[in-house]
Amino acid sequence: MAKITLNINKKDYQLEADPQMPLLWAIRDLAGLKGTKYGCGVAQCGACVVHLDGEAVRSCVTKVSRATGKKVVTIEGLSENNSHPVQKAWQEVDVPQCGYCHSGQIMSAAVLLREKPNPTDQDIDDAMAGNICRCGTYLRIREAIHKAAEMQQKAPVKG
Amino acid sequence: MNNDKNALDRRSFLKASLLSGGGLMLTVSWLSSFKSPHKAEALNLPDQWSQLNGYIQITSDNKIKLICPNPEFGQNVMTSLPMIVAEELDADWKNVVVEMGPHDPVKLGAQFTGGSNSVRMYWKPLREAGAAARQMLREAAAQTWNVPVGEVTTKAGVLLHSSGKSAKYGEMASKAAGVPVPKELKLKSPKEFTVVRKSKKNVEVQKITSGKPLFGLDYTVDGMLIAMIQHPPAFGMKVKSFDAAETLKMPGIKDVFILKLYEDGFEQGGFDTRSFNELLVIVGNTTWEVMNARKKLTVSWESAGQLKDTVAGRDGKKREVVVPGALESTTTQMQQMQDYAAKPAQQLRKDGDPETAFKNAAQVIERTYNGPFLAHNCMEPMNFFAHVTEEKALLAGPLQAPGWAEPTLAKLLNLPPEKIEIQMTRMGGGFGRRAYAHYLSEAALISRKVKAPVKLMYTREDDMTYGIYRPMYTATYRAALDANKNLIAFHVKGGGIPEHPIHANRFPAGAVDNYLAEGWQIPSNITIGAFRAPRSNFNAAAEQSFLDEVAEAAGKDPIEFRLALLKRAKENPVGKNNEYEPDRYAGVLQLVRDKSNWGKPGNEKFHRGVAAYFCHNSYAAHVVDMVSRDGQPYVERVYSAMDCGIVINPDAATNMVQGAVVDGIGNSFYGELTFKDGVPQKNNFSNYRMIRINEVPKSIEVHFVENDLDPTGLGEPPFPPVFGAVANALHKLKGKRYYNQPFRDEPEKTI
Repeated sequence: MAKITLNINKKDYQLEADPQMPLLWAIRDLAGLKGTKYGCGVAQCGACVVHLDGEAVRSCVTKVSRATGKKVVTIEGLSENNSHPVQKAWQEVDVPQCGYCHSGQIMSAAVLLREKPNPTDQDIDDAMAGNICRCGTYLRIREAIHKAAEMQQKAPVKG
Repeated sequence: MNNDKNALDRRSFLKASLLSGGGLMLTVSWLSSFKSPHKAEALNLPDQWSQLNGYIQITSDNKIKLICPNPEFGQNVMTSLPMIVAEELDADWKNVVVEMGPHDPVKLGAQFTGGSNSVRMYWKPLREAGAAARQMLREAAAQTWNVPVGEVTTKAGVLLHSSGKSAKYGEMASKAAGVPVPKELKLKSPKEFTVVRKSKKNVEVQKITSGKPLFGLDYTVDGMLIAMIQHPPAFGMKVKSFDAAETLKMPGIKDVFILKLYEDGFEQGGFDTRSFNELLVIVGNTTWEVMNARKKLTVSWESAGQLKDTVAGRDGKKREVVVPGALESTTTQMQQMQDYAAKPAQQLRKDGDPETAFKNAAQVIERTYNGPFLAHNCMEPMNFFAHVTEEKALLAGPLQAPGWAEPTLAKLLNLPPEKIEIQMTRMGGGFGRRAYAHYLSEAALISRKVKAPVKLMYTREDDMTYGIYRPMYTATYRAALDANKNLIAFHVKGGGIPEHPIHANRFPAGAVDNYLAEGWQIPSNITIGAFRAPRSNFNAAAEQSFLDEVAEAAGKDPIEFRLALLKRAKENPVGKNNEYEPDRYAGVLQLVRDKSNWGKPGNEKFHRGVAAYFCHNSYAAHVVDMVSRDGQPYVERVYSAMDCGIVINPDAATNMVQGAVVDGIGNSFYGELTFKDGVPQKNNFSNYRMIRINEVPKSIEVHFVENDLDPTGLGEPPFPPVFGAVANALHKLKGKRYYNQPFRDEPEKTI
């Protein structure tokens, strides 16, 4: 066990954790933020995607020690008021069915849109192929990402 | 307007009461006042059988809270069911908030999510709940304004009178609670609908996109421990001994023990399926600590041998079921199925004289189809929270059928049902898997043992290798054509491990003079359960592929071939108990034919396959347009036609059909679980292939037949025929038929 400081969503958390513990469980069990989901534990489904210094990482295979001194952003901290273009597009297109995978989908999509503000279908497929949606809402995920791209161009995201 | 006096007079009571702070709470209890409803009636009438009711709260500040009775697993009932109430209540949807109800069968009815039944079984009682509340609000306004109630109208949550008087529902709610419950209700006619049939957003979408703790795995209380179960590595095994010394030295670990789920002779209900009865449990403080420490367990496993389960039967008679002890492998299972397929089977239906017809046929086509075990793979693995004391039990988690879980729990804990509280969290998928609540019972027993609140959690590997799979199936179809290429006889003989897939009274039964359906089954220790459209999800693949091949042999267009058979089934049906309505079946085929421009120029780029199916009271047809992409078959475009009666929430319904199409394509190409010596050969998404975004169609165009028929289910019906349409398109693309799921190019299985 070690004392670890994690900066999640701009807030410092002082945690006692095994440095080998995956970031996912530090976020969920120790920091108590439940938006980031467990799906497979082996970096196959993308339900656990968070941003580590702005990069999309699979928190289920990222050791918590790797996140110290970095900025972790989870779905809860993606925006104030649920207002990131990806979140708004997801609401407008009414993407989710069961909803479980969508924290990870949204976090992956947010990085895609920062890297490629105007992605093609191919760009979306390439970037989102690591996120499984068991309910099969993929067509709406594509549609929502295009919509988010439009929204972002009208009102760019700060920071 | 429809007068719906009958149902209320006979079968329901409505009860209103004041909430603290003023407001109207209206409860419609459907049948719950009758201790023993007439049995035959209760079983034969779906509305009544379900023992339904609804729940409405209106506060003085004009908030309308609607309680969703049924668990939500992505089928969007938390939106569609309250829409039904709001429609008849004539509420302004903007003022409606929705809450998931607790398990409370007296107030909320059957509360069962499964069998594509939610909307179908709640349609009538929820309309009545809304209409009764609206009537009481009108009465309250009439008394207040001193005008005849007949002159009080409503519009979007406002009471109106021609004198210019008006009041919001909230203003009259308190008074309405004192108004006698109406004995007669008027329900709207479909053309008066203002909420139903108008797309509404998922009432929880904001919570989902902001990561709110909606799911069972997110549920937590102070002092909650985490539990996991180390189940045997193979079906047919059990724990012999274990050494937990190293595990117990690990940080955060509280206890390791063996717990028996069902005592010997425990009478299991139909959904009490469990794969392993002796549970090696590890309990600790946090998920990671338990996961990590579990790896340090030293366990010795042994063959469980042949077991006997006691299962509750119909008419209250229990029976013993023998569970074989062998460690099964897919290769030996296939051999076993081949042996069984050659033996006489149980006759399920016979029309005419199929034997003679086959003997006299000009041409006989015979094909055998196979489907493997499938894992549900819900995105949220099985889990449940339990806090059990000597006096009471609180449970919370993902569950499709709390009404089936509770009696089992009451027996296991020796607690009366009123001391058991079950809360339904939003489910991260269900697909039938969460109708089997063994994990809830396991959590409860663990909590009782460790005397603490506990979250039982399955890892992905635990979940995928636990069982309750879609069974392994096979079916051999035979068709006899006369010299004029007419279909004169049809024979299906299907089997499975451990159940056969045959629906004997489905199409083409009723459309062929000589018809025979037979089934056989092989017992197994590999547990099985409902998987999105049970049995249908295999039948539709096999039968619809076969019909495609028969149509081809008859030299007919596959849609026209089916339509001709359906015409026959309508005009001069063969036999009895045909489950489907030929007109509605034909309707979806015609709709998908027209929308896809079937047989018309402009689609030359595509290899097209069509299939249709009826199950769970609804009708579905798909045209799948396939191309070759990077040398692989790719479904680029799909047209779907559905007939499920009135569509409550069109955009969400479209989403569900699109999802079912994607699920069907994924399982057609990739879905498979094989076994070696009882060990499932896949345990995570690294080896169990799931369809991903780069593999789904560019478009899935969904069309609904427009009619005013009472709504039926949509979660399952679109799924099964996808397999058939994919198989038929593959034949066009590859020039050969695919008889074994998943469809792929490799040495073909022998049965």
